Amino acid sequence: MKLFEQPAHVLHDMLVNKEITSLELTEAVLARIDEVEGDVKAYLTITRDVAIAQAKAVDEKIAKGETISFLEGIPGAIKDNICTKGVKTTCASKILQNFVAPYDATVMTKLKAQNPVIIGKANMDEFAMGGSTENSAFQKTGNPWNTECVPGGSSGGSAAAVAAGTAVWALGSDTGGSIRQPASFCGVVGMKPTYGRVSRYGLVAYASSLDQIGPITKDVTDCAHILNIISGRDEMDSTSVNEEVPDFTKALVEDVKGLKVGIPKEYFVKGIDPDVEKTVREAIDKLKELGAEIVEISLPNTDYAISTYYLISPAEAATNLARYDGVSYGERAEDAADLVEMITKTRTQYLGEEVKRRIMIGNYALSAGYYDAYYLKALKVRRLIKEDFDKAFEQVDVIVCPTAPTPAYKIGEKISNPLEMYLQDACTVPLNLAGLPGISVPCGYSSDNMPIGLQIIGKALDEETILRVAYTYEQSQSYHNDRAQLGGN
Amino acid sequence: MSYEAVIGLEIHSELKTNTKIFCGCATTFGAEHNTHVCPVCLGLPGVLPTLNKRVLEFAIKAGLALNCEINKFSKFDRKNYYYPDLPKNWQTSQYDLPICENGYVDITKSNGETKRIRITRIHMEEDAGKLVHSGNTIKDSDTSNVDYNRTGVPLIEIVSEPDMSSPEEARLYMEKVKSILQYIDVSNCKMEEGNLRADLNVSLRPAGSDVLGTRTEMKNINSFKAVEEALTYEIERQEEVLEDGGHIIQETRTWDPDRGITLSMRSKENAHDYRYMPEPDLVPIITTDEEIEAFRKSLPELPDARKARLEEQFGLSAYDAGIITSSREMAEYFDAVIETGADAKLAANWIMGDLSKNLNAESLEISDSPVDAKRLGEMIGLISKGTISSKIAKKVFEEMWKSPDSPEKIVKDKGLVQITDTKAIEEIVDKVIEANQKAVEDYKSGNKKAIGALVGQVMKQSKGKANPQTVNQILAQKLG
Ligand SMILES: [Zn+2]
Repeated sequence: MKLFEQPAHVLHDMLVNKEITSLELTEAVLARIDEVEGDVKAYLTITRDVAIAQAKAVDEKIAKGETISFLEGIPGAIKDNICTKGVKTTCASKILQNFVAPYDATVMTKLKAQNPVIIGKANMDEFAMGGSTENSAFQKTGNPWNTECVPGGSSGGSAAAVAAGTAVWALGSDTGGSIRQPASFCGVVGMKPTYGRVSRYGLVAYASSLDQIGPITKDVTDCAHILNIISGRDEMDSTSVNEEVPDFTKALVEDVKGLKVGIPKEYFVKGIDPDVEKTVREAIDKLKELGAEIVEISLPNTDYAISTYYLISPAEAATNLARYDGVSYGERAEDAADLVEMITKTRTQYLGEEVKRRIMIGNYALSAGYYDAYYLKALKVRRLIKEDFDKAFEQVDVIVCPTAPTPAYKIGEKISNPLEMYLQDACTVPLNLAGLPGISVPCGYSSDNMPIGLQIIGKALDEETILRVAYTYEQSQSYHNDRAQLGGN
Repeated sequence: MSYEAVIGLEIHSELKTNTKIFCGCATTFGAEHNTHVCPVCLGLPGVLPTLNKRVLEFAIKAGLALNCEINKFSKFDRKNYYYPDLPKNWQTSQYDLPICENGYVDITKSNGETKRIRITRIHMEEDAGKLVHSGNTIKDSDTSNVDYNRTGVPLIEIVSEPDMSSPEEARLYMEKVKSILQYIDVSNCKMEEGNLRADLNVSLRPAGSDVLGTRTEMKNINSFKAVEEALTYEIERQEEVLEDGGHIIQETRTWDPDRGITLSMRSKENAHDYRYMPEPDLVPIITTDEEIEAFRKSLPELPDARKARLEEQFGLSAYDAGIITSSREMAEYFDAVIETGADAKLAANWIMGDLSKNLNAESLEISDSPVDAKRLGEMIGLISKGTISSKIAKKVFEEMWKSPDSPEKIVKDKGLVQITDTKAIEEIVDKVIEANQKAVEDYKSGNKKAIGALVGQVMKQSKGKANPQTVNQILAQKLG
């Protein structure tokens, strides 16, 4: 494997053993960007000079014989809705096209304490609204396995960069599947931790009660390591949980014997692609073969998850995005006659179609006379969905199902039909509504040779069991060693 | 037809915490524009609020002092509307689960009647910033700038039931609320700085009816005088409209203090739909019985209790006790005067009289009085001992206002000691009798009032230092 194809834990060992330098590694990744970024378009901002300087500093440290931390000197990408001090944070929106945050998100502060090499900011659907990264105001990212296909979304840039070798690791954010679905489409590992496990301070809000930052990596081992770094209570985020963070790498054991794995029948019904169903069923058989006990379960309110999600998330988004008014930061439309016109023109001109659609749905759901029928009802159904999971977890340790009902589709194929796009989220949104952790790991390919992901869902704050099942499954086959064929390799 | 006014108040009071409600910025008033700001109160992308625990403490204390029930489960909500002084374009406030509910205060009217005004709720919220226009209003300005220093300063909103029926009652209610908030030390209540302001709701109905009429609202009234004047004007205006057979339009009106009138600002059709929703970035507020009890125990003696104590302990009249306890500072000043051993009634008279007069003349707070409680107490002691007369005391007080000397020193330096020596007084009396034979004759022929002129002469010749009682006695004796 080439350097840029290696997972972080292998590269870390190579750095420690002085087989490579961080500069060599960083230059390899930057060269890979030169080679394939024109097709993949994963990045909105590339901070080449900063990356080189960071790499050199790490090499000096190693040369002095100092010990280095896990991510030290290893290049990664940050989704462009995570605030990075001094570097643009655009959310792939024209309204923030020149916005530079004056502060670092808490995850950035935690990461920077590790001295990683930050390559740049990754493309995404505008304000994380979408599942294909086609809603980026700036560019469409290609799936490294077939650049005519979408990488998934909204963290499509992060997943594509890791799959293309233009980043070793990445951070994404997941509101309704935005880490797991692109991980599934791009054949990499992506985890949405329990709501509150990772601080949201500095993550530009889409839907506050659903958003969560998580890692996108080449394998489960890297995922556990990065989760260790970014987790934990943050006084700046009062919704972050005040629980001790375990060492997630201790969960990397190859053993699922006796674990009860629930298979929700509602996740294998209408709209599921036959290749996805076949591949996921094979993975379940594999888990059984490895000693897990397979239990069929029911999550009866699954059908309502999408409607619930598409009321709650737009309602929260409508208020969260109200701040983009052109007054004190972001773009402002020219030539407005008065205040109302200034705000209206600014938002009309600089916000994208999907963002406007969700703002309108959200304001409608919150408006007088409709609140009870829509928003309040959605909150009640949300509770029922959570109760479904609570009941299921009395019986089983983890729940396993597809991450997405289909593999990656062609760019442009679904963009004109928002409703069909929304249905793509059926397997992922219930976890966000219930606040539960979930991971997507590669489990095979479609007949068109596009990756398929297996989703493993855990109890709240039980990322360890998910990692254990994911790791055991991963080690039983070799999908995590496959790399997208792209460019010259 | 005779009408009855129905008035309700929403009082906004800034809490005197050191830092803002959701971030660590200072709340100091009057700083240079946009110097007390951070990403959180500027509403930058990605920021989250964290609740300042002191705000919760102060709001609960206010609720307890205003006889409210404290909700043990409370939460914040987003009140959505677009205005440039609101960086997020929503105000973090409380909607359906406010921290306090169902309270009341009692007011005493000028006719001595006591009335209970019920409080519906108290909720916590953040203040907005301030617009600085190049012109007078946003409409006639070429440019407007925003000062975010005030953005996120903590507020409580105290909502009353429509229990008041006159402008006087509304003023008394607001004064009482202000007094209580100052007693418990949760707000500076500096009205000129906008610490305390009220939205006034008023409607009319036929006297004796229990049907509510259409109301109008006047926002951001920030003086007691304006409360009374705006309501008086608005009641008259509504009366005229109704008398002419017209209808009151439900609307927001602004009070123009210079012209003394209210003007239509926004009708109900243009009213905001605030699209309230639960604030997902803040966890619900859980308060335990133990915490509530601890806050209750930490409260100082409140105005009503203090007033009752002064009446009982010192025999003050209800009126005097009411004035002395109307502010915590004055009540504490009174207590400090008493501590020197001074007579309570004299103390009350001096505080309500010369001291208040001098403070008002110089617009001083009692805490900034040049005559502190100790010196006033000493001076009252001199009156009680008969060292000086009440009349001389006025001179002593004026001297004390100007100099830091003790009253004893002033009395001694200025030779103001009262003459109680009967011999010395008799000498003056004799001289006065001799020089005023006409008055003596009048007195002797039955005009007893004539003695007053003689007493006046004696006092004048003694430069006011003779003890008036002694003068009276000696004169009566000598004139037979
Ligand atoms: Zn601040």
